[in-house]
Order: sequence, then structure tokens, then C-alpha cells
Amino acid sequence: MSELEVQADFAARAGQPGRPRRLGVAETAAGVLALFLLVSAVAPHLVAPGDPLGIDPLSAFAPPTRAHVFGTDESGRDIFTRVVHGTQYSLVIGAAATAIGLGLGIVLGTLAGMLGRVVDFTVNRFLEVLFAFPGLLLALLFIVIFGPGVATATIAVGLSTAPGYARIIRAQLITVRSAAFVEAATVLGRTRWQILLRHILPNTLAPLFVLATLGIGQAIVWAATLSYLGLGAEPPTAEWGALLSAGRTYITSAWWMSFFPGLFIVLTAVTATVLGRSIDSRMRHA
Amino acid sequence: MAEPVNRRRAVLRVIGPMAARLGGAVFVLWAVASITFFAVRLIPGDPAQAVLGGPGSQASPEALALVRNEYGFDQSVLVQYLAQLGRLATGDLGRSYALNQDVGPLVLGQLGGTVLLAALALVVAWLLALALAAWSTRGGLVAARVGSGLEIVAAALPHFWLATSLIVVFSIWLGVLPPISTGGATGLVLPVLTLAVPLAGFLGQVLRESLLTALESPFVLSARARGESERGVLWTHALRHASLPAISLSGWAFGSLISGAIVVETIFARPGLGRTLLNAVTLRDVPVVIGVVMIVAVAYILMTLLTDAASRLVDPRLRLA
Amino acid sequence: MSTTARRIEPDAALTVRNLRVDFGADPVVRGVSFEVARGECLAIVGESGSGKSVTARSLLGLAGANARVSADRLELGGQNVLGLTDRAWRARRGKDVGLVLQDALVSLDPLRPIGREIADSLRLHTTLGAAARARRVLELLDAVGLPDPARQVQKLSGQLSGGERQRALIAAAIALNPPLLIADEPTTALDVTVQAQILALLEQITGDGTAVVLISHDLAVVSHIAHRVAVMHDGLLVETGSSRQVLGSPRQEQTRRMVAAIPADKPRGTRLSLSARAADAAPKPARPATSAVVLEAIGLSKSFRRPDGTRHLAVDDVSFALQRGTTLGIVGESGSGKTTTARLLLALLPPDQGEVRVLDQPWSAASEKARRGRRSGVGAIYQDALGSFDPRWSVAEILTDALGLRHRRRAPQTTARLVTLLDQVGLTAAVLRRRPLELSGGQRQRVGIARALAARPEILICDEPVSSLDVSVQAQVLDLLDDLQRERGLSLIFISHDLGVVQHVSDNIVVMRAGRLVESGPATRVFAAPQHPYSVQLLAAIPRLSP
Repeated sequence: MSELEVQADFAARAGQPGRPRRLGVAETAAGVLALFLLVSAVAPHLVAPGDPLGIDPLSAFAPPTRAHVFGTDESGRDIFTRVVHGTQYSLVIGAAATAIGLGLGIVLGTLAGMLGRVVDFTVNRFLEVLFAFPGLLLALLFIVIFGPGVATATIAVGLSTAPGYARIIRAQLITVRSAAFVEAATVLGRTRWQILLRHILPNTLAPLFVLATLGIGQAIVWAATLSYLGLGAEPPTAEWGALLSAGRTYITSAWWMSFFPGLFIVLTAVTATVLGRSIDSRMRHA
Repeated sequence: MAEPVNRRRAVLRVIGPMAARLGGAVFVLWAVASITFFAVRLIPGDPAQAVLGGPGSQASPEALALVRNEYGFDQSVLVQYLAQLGRLATGDLGRSYALNQDVGPLVLGQLGGTVLLAALALVVAWLLALALAAWSTRGGLVAARVGSGLEIVAAALPHFWLATSLIVVFSIWLGVLPPISTGGATGLVLPVLTLAVPLAGFLGQVLRESLLTALESPFVLSARARGESERGVLWTHALRHASLPAISLSGWAFGSLISGAIVVETIFARPGLGRTLLNAVTLRDVPVVIGVVMIVAVAYILMTLLTDAASRLVDPRLRLA
Repeated sequence: MSTTARRIEPDAALTVRNLRVDFGADPVVRGVSFEVARGECLAIVGESGSGKSVTARSLLGLAGANARVSADRLELGGQNVLGLTDRAWRARRGKDVGLVLQDALVSLDPLRPIGREIADSLRLHTTLGAAARARRVLELLDAVGLPDPARQVQKLSGQLSGGERQRALIAAAIALNPPLLIADEPTTALDVTVQAQILALLEQITGDGTAVVLISHDLAVVSHIAHRVAVMHDGLLVETGSSRQVLGSPRQEQTRRMVAAIPADKPRGTRLSLSARAADAAPKPARPATSAVVLEAIGLSKSFRRPDGTRHLAVDDVSFALQRGTTLGIVGESGSGKTTTARLLLALLPPDQGEVRVLDQPWSAASEKARRGRRSGVGAIYQDALGSFDPRWSVAEILTDALGLRHRRRAPQTTARLVTLLDQVGLTAAVLRRRPLELSGGQRQRVGIARALAARPEILICDEPVSSLDVSVQAQVLDLLDDLQRERGLSLIFISHDLGVVQHVSDNIVVMRAGRLVESGPATRVFAAPQHPYSVQLLAAIPRLSP
């Protein structure tokens, strides 16, 4: 099982009737946060009107105060403004990586799930091999070959998540394909194409929306990790991992420089998890 | 007549799966080696140039030719590939471009520190997860919500942020633990916590969810109807069932620990496989990267075998099949 | 209702007065009174949601963490157990009262050998050493009739057959000879012949002086061994009395309904669901018998590969014919091959040998393409109605699709046809916008029947269509199928493990065992004079209302 598979499985079980619904307050909070993050990404000036690159040497290394709620960095730039303006980078990187991972996952999973035993066997062995590059290893290998940078880091994260998606999609396809309602459609005289288009694909793809929501948090964390390690986005880009990386030098004197960008990463990841589960349970009981 | 046939079948039933698994492991290793070999071919530029310090270094044509000959870059790809497989089969991982050192001893020397770190983190994560799961399933609805919230947040913590935050609190503000992990038990506390907490969040979610399922199952009702106490229900029945999905997660946990070790060893300036890998990636020291990848692949395979064995130990039904 | 002051017998094993259980705002048990004497078996019978299981669990203090239990009296063996602490309850559970649940596959811990599970009661309540416990476990397994106990103790519940593990579960419950045994649906999900054996075992335990409370949804099952029967409905005991009286001359509406719903021994065409219309109550006239064969199975065989590589012959040379306007019942226990037969008849599986012919044309031998146009003539009704619907579709979408009107789904004529279709299966337009998940079990099966009827089939293949329904709902669905057959001249294949149901609906019968056809013929003949020893054994095990 991979992290995503656990998430998917967990979401499925939390949706079962009879389980106490534990989201609620958390759901609402996550919704508000998601809205905040979206506004920050699309129109950062609405949330933080200041200039993210505005240097003010006089107020360098200011701890959090009312004027600078998250403090300032070595050049006196406002951390809050920089974090808010960095949202778009992190979200776009996370979304792009998820799209790459999911896209590859759909291709591999569909090949394995639809094209008979030989293809299934081959794709499965291939996935097994990819799983032997666990965690960030595949991403690092990719970066060694194509060099560091935002684009390669994004693709690298997408590649690392693809095997997990592929396995979930394959399992889902196989479950749906042998479902009783597919047999019932055959009995009604439907053709293979009609069954594929009306039953198998919709029932396989609908859960992917949830998967993508759950996966985007993980992708943001991984991309930020690569930036932090100096292999992804680089300062002065305000991507959260890069911000944290810049704060690393001043950790002993200015903790706020690393703390707040990281807090945003955590909040985003938690929001993605909570929202993903809640959407899933709603889709099941709509 | 029937006896020897039956016995042969029984032997096959034991040996068959083991042989299959060994074959699978060899296949995965071969595939990993091949993928890395051909992937490295994709690196633009002359590998001889990389050995001599990258495109920036103005290496003489003679030096380049020497290196090409020494590393076999002048041979055909197939010959190089077979030579590489041959070397790997004998445990020779080649020479580092940057460190001018054999990769095998280099990587093996770093292995111990990382294994210690990962093993300790795994144990601590399991203990934390078990404690949290056991507490939050028995403490009513509020405890369940608090537990669930803690787990979601813990699982979302990026290693690099958790590590820096722990350093700020425990090393800089409180001054009780060293920010650098060089030998000594106190130096291990923060790195181990950094790796263990997010993992515990994940294991905890899985454990608690499956614990709830187990506690609602009819066999637990049967046990209670026999007069079993809640503690007995938990220890003789529910936890055993709940640990099964968490055990099968260990393959993933291993990946998480390796990724985490890269970050943690870098931040805490701790020697180990992760830091070696990151340095090699930064310097594009291809042989070292391949060396670490191969070691990790072997470790991953061992880990899946161990996971399998652990599942069989806990679940006797798997031993029958 | 037994609220009248009744003499409490000195040897009452259990006395319950005005027991109430609620979970938050909803009362589930609303004032229930009964008592059970030593050596007596009281059956509490009710449909799902009647509160019978919650009542049973309250007797062990296991109604649940958020259940509120109150009563005027609740006594085990003359001692008050109301408001006991959990610790005090634990000391009694297993020792003073034992519990047997349904389906031991999940009611015994699947990770532990059955011997350990049985020994647990001894470990918890006695000071016996390990060796003494092991000896006692063997005695117990012997007492419940498990052959070769020494070999079985090491096995997991999953390695035993359904009957064997149910015996093990009973052994665990009676390990300490508790004076009271509560059995909650102990034979549900078991084959009839095994069910008969388990009932005999429970009867023997009662005979040994144990008081038994038997919880069941099935009046016919309990009528064999219960001394008294209490009918539970909506949290109340509506009628309590001796088995003979309650089953022979039921006084309450609810009881009459349940007795009427039992299909066994009711002639073909008798109404099972009590209807307001008097005309419906009388048996319908027999239909004209024809001899035209609409579906024919000729020498069907099908085998599957087992995980260990050997082949398992699921259906072995089976032949039968279905005549127009009649019902052919296929009956068999688990593993008899009846579901594989259904899939072969529906051409969802190709047979290894033999063929299926429909309306004198090749069916299994035709290509799927050639068959597709004729599939509208063969409809199907499934046991798991819910699973047979696309979870994303509403009832309206399901039926529009089945009518082949997807391209005109918004047309008013389409809606009109949907309403007509629903009307035929006794549903109203109110369900159109709902999804199957939001419907009751009976409603789902009606929607399933409506879908099957939409294409105006001549033949309906029904695979266990009523097995997961309550008896009263089962009665309504069986009546509905009977009406539809009469009105439309449908020919039915009716597959079931339930002989009572098959006996009631079938004109002709096929008895299957381990993939083979052991006996076939007109239903009246097979039930009156079975030829094959297995049929004889099977028929003897049918739960009938016994005097």
C-alpha cells in the first residue's frame, strides 16, 4: 500500500454508514481555509496588499508584530505577504504534479485493468519495479538526469506519485468491471462500448476527483521538500519550500522565517485531506 | 504410490512460493539496475566530462580520452550495460566521480547510521500510533475526534519543517537537546522524533480505523459475552486484527523513512545514506546515486519480505493458503 | 401481552419486566416482559428492526455504549442484574448466561484456533490449568457433536464447514454450563440440512435443563424446538404463548401476517401477503398448462480452476426444460452449482459442454452479437438487488435505460411509461428520483423486477430473489411475481436454497447437489414422494410450521 492507497481506503471506510461522522467543524474550517488559499493564489493582493519583494532594511529580522504578523526576513520583506504571494507557486506546482501523476496513473491503470492478462501482468511488474524506488528516490533520480529546477521538480514529484495512482485505478477498474450492475447491463443486451461508457468509466473516474484532492497536499509537501533541499524552486521565488530554505540560515535568530511558510504547507495538506474525505463521503451518500 | 506424490506436492507448496518470491526479487533488482543504467544514458553531455568535474572544468582531450578508456565509455552501449550488470552481480558499484572512492565501501559505511535512525523511528512511530489508537478508541467521541485530528495533522507535517521547528524549540529556546546529531543518544532524539511523528500519524489513522472495525465485529461481541474485559478484548482480539493493515503499510513506511532520512540527515548534519545521496544528486555524481538506489532497492525488497513474514505471523490464515 | 400478573415460577432462569432500551431519542425496545424457566425454550420472533436483537443483548448487559436500558425487573436466576457495573456483568457473562450469534465465521475470532476461543471462557471464569482446560474443550466439542475434536481444536473457524463452526461457537457459549443460553439467529445462513442439526443440538441443550432464548426472524424454524413463542414488532411483544397456540391460532394481526407469509406447504397460487381485498385471499385458479418449451438446458457442464490448479466441476451434465407460463424451481444447498447454472442460463458464462436453447434457437452457442437482440426476451432478477444497480443512477435513470428510452428521457411519454411500470410492481412515482441506496430492501427488489419487466421478457431468471428479505416482504414479492406470471404468461426459473419458497412457487422442480441434478419432476410429485435419498433428507429438513 502507498500513502495514497491508504488515504483512498480510509476515505472509503469513513464513508460507511454507521460510522460517526467526525468531520463537521473540521469540514467547515477546511472549507474556509481552502477558500482563503484559492483567493491567495488567484488574487494575492486582496489578502496581502503589500509588495512581496518590497525591501525595507530598517525593519529587517522583525519578529511577528501587529505590523508584520509573520515578521520580516533579512531584507525586511514582510513574510506574510511573501507567503500569501507564494501560494500560487505552491498550488500550481502541487496541481501540476498531481495532474502528471494522475495522468500517468490513469494510462497505466487503464492499460492494466482493461487490456487482458498479459498487459496486466506486464504493467504490474513495471509498477512493482517503480515501487522499489520508494518515496522521493524516483524524483531524485529524475533530477540527477535532467538537473534541478521548478519544472523538473514538478515532473519528478508527478512521476513518484504515478505508481500509487496506477495501482488504485487498476483496482477500481477491476472492481467495477466485475460488479453485478455491469452483468445486469449485459443481461439487458447492452454492448461492450455502451457498458464501458455508461457504467465502467463513470464509476472508475468519479473517485479520482477525491484522489486528486487528497494527492495535491502530498504533492505540495514533496515539491516543497525538493525546493528546501535546493533541487526545486529557488529564491527569490516565494514558493513555500524555497522560503523555508531561505530561512534556514537564520534559524537561530529568526525562527519565524521558517516557521510560517511551513505552517502554510501543513495547513494546505490538512485542508486537502479533510476536504478529500468530506467530498468522498458526500459523493457516496448524495 | 500416493504417499511420495503427496509429499512432493507438500514440498513444492513450501518451496514454490519461496522460489517465486526470490525470482521476483532478482527480477526487480535487474529491472532497477537496467532502468538506472539507461536513464543515466539520458544525461546530456559527455560522461567523461562529468568525471573530470563537469562542463566547467577545461579538461584536456588527452585526459578525456584516458577517462573514457578507464570507465569504458568508448565501448558500445550493450557492452557497457553487460559490464555494468556483471559488476553489480559481483557487488562492485563502481567509482565515485566526485570523491574518487569506490562506491560500495562508501555507501555501506553510511548504511549503519541510516538503518539505526530508521529502525528507531519505526519503533517509536508504532508505539505512538498504538498508544494514540488505543486511547482514542476507548475514550469516547471527544477522544476519537481529538485523536483523529492529531493524526491528520501529524501525517501532514513535512519532515523539514518539523525538524526546524523541533530545533527552534528544543535546541534554541529550551537548550535541552543538541541541534546536530553526531553520535550520542541525545543527538538522536530530535531526528528520530522528526521521522516518527508523521509516520505515527499515518499508522495511527489506519490502526484506529481498523480497530473500530474490529471492535464492532461479531467475534468481539462473542468475546464480551464470554466475560472478556475491555482490555482483554483489545489485546487478545482487536489489536491483532487492527495491526494487519498497518503492517502491510510498512513498505510505504520504508519509503517515507528513506525520503525523511535525506532531509533529516541534512538538517541535523548526520552522516548517512540520505545525506550521501543528496550530495551526490547535487554534484551529479552518478555512480554514487546508482549505488544508493541499488542499496535502497535491496532494502525495499528485504522490507517487503519482512512485512510478508510479519503478516503471516499475525494472520494464520495466510499460512494456510 | 403478558402484562397480567403471572405467577413467577421458582425456577425461572430469567425474568424480564417492562424492559425498555433506547439509543438517544429513539426507543428500540418499548416495554417488554417475559420469563424463561429452566429447561424451557422461548423463541422471540420478529422482522428486522423489531428490536429482538437489542432485547437479547440487553440480557447480557451488551446493548451498547450509548444504549439506555431500564426495566421494572431484570433477573438472572433470581438475582437482579439491572444497573450492574461492567465488572459485575463480566463476572456473569459466560458463566450465568451464554450467547450464540449467527454465522460463526465472523462470530469466532478468525485469527485464533477454535480451541483457544472455547478455552477462553474457562480461562476467564475458572482456575483450571492449561491441561485441564484442553481436556474440557475436547469434552465440549464432543458434546456438541463435532467429529474428531482432537484434530479440530487447532483449526481456525475459516477451515471448518458452516455447521462445524456453529457447533464450535455453541461449545464456547456452553463451556461453563450457563443456566441461560441466548441464541441470536443461530441457524441463519446455514443450509437447511445443517440448520436441522443445529436446531436438534439446541433442543438437546434445552433438554439438559438449560433455559434457551432463541431469537429468530423465521417462525417456521423456531416452531420445532420452542416451547413458547413471543412475537416482537416495533419494540413490543405483540403476542406470547405456546408454540401451538401462537402458530395454530394467532390472535394478533401481526402474528397472522407472519404465519400467512410462510410459504412452505401453501399450495401454488395461495396469497402469502394478507391483503385488504378479500378477493385476493382466495387461491387463484390454476393456469392452463402448455407443453411448449421456452428454455432448455441440454447436458450443461462448467468447471472452474481452483487456486491450487485443480479443476472444480461446478455444474456437471445438467439438463432440464422450462415450459411456457410455468415456473421451474431449482433448489440446492451451498455449493450445489445453482448460481453457476443461473449464469449459464443468462449466457454470462459459456458452458464447457452442452448448450442452452431459448425459444428453440441456439442461445449459449450463439455469438454475443447474435444474442444481444434476443436478450430482451430473457430477464433476470438478482439476490443482491442493490449491487445490480449502477450506484450513480436514480430509479428513473435505471428504468429509462431498461426501457431503451435514454434518448427521450425528458419526454412526457417516457415519464408516463415509468409510472406505469412502477405501478405494475406496486411502487409509486415518488421513488423515481431516489437512488437504490435510499430504498428499503423490498422496494429495491421491486425496482429490480420493474427493470426486468421493462423489456417485456418472456422468461425471467430469478436467482435467490427473496433470500435477503424479511418474511413479510418476501411474501409480497412472491405474490407480485405470481401475479405478473398470471397476467403476462411469464415463464420463470426460480433458483433458491429455500425449499419452502421453491415448493410454494414451482410447477416443476430440479434438485441439485454438488453440481449434479439428483432429481427433477413436477413439484407436487417431488415433494410428496421424493425418489432420491438426498431429496428425502432435504425435504425432511424443511422448516415447517409443526404442531
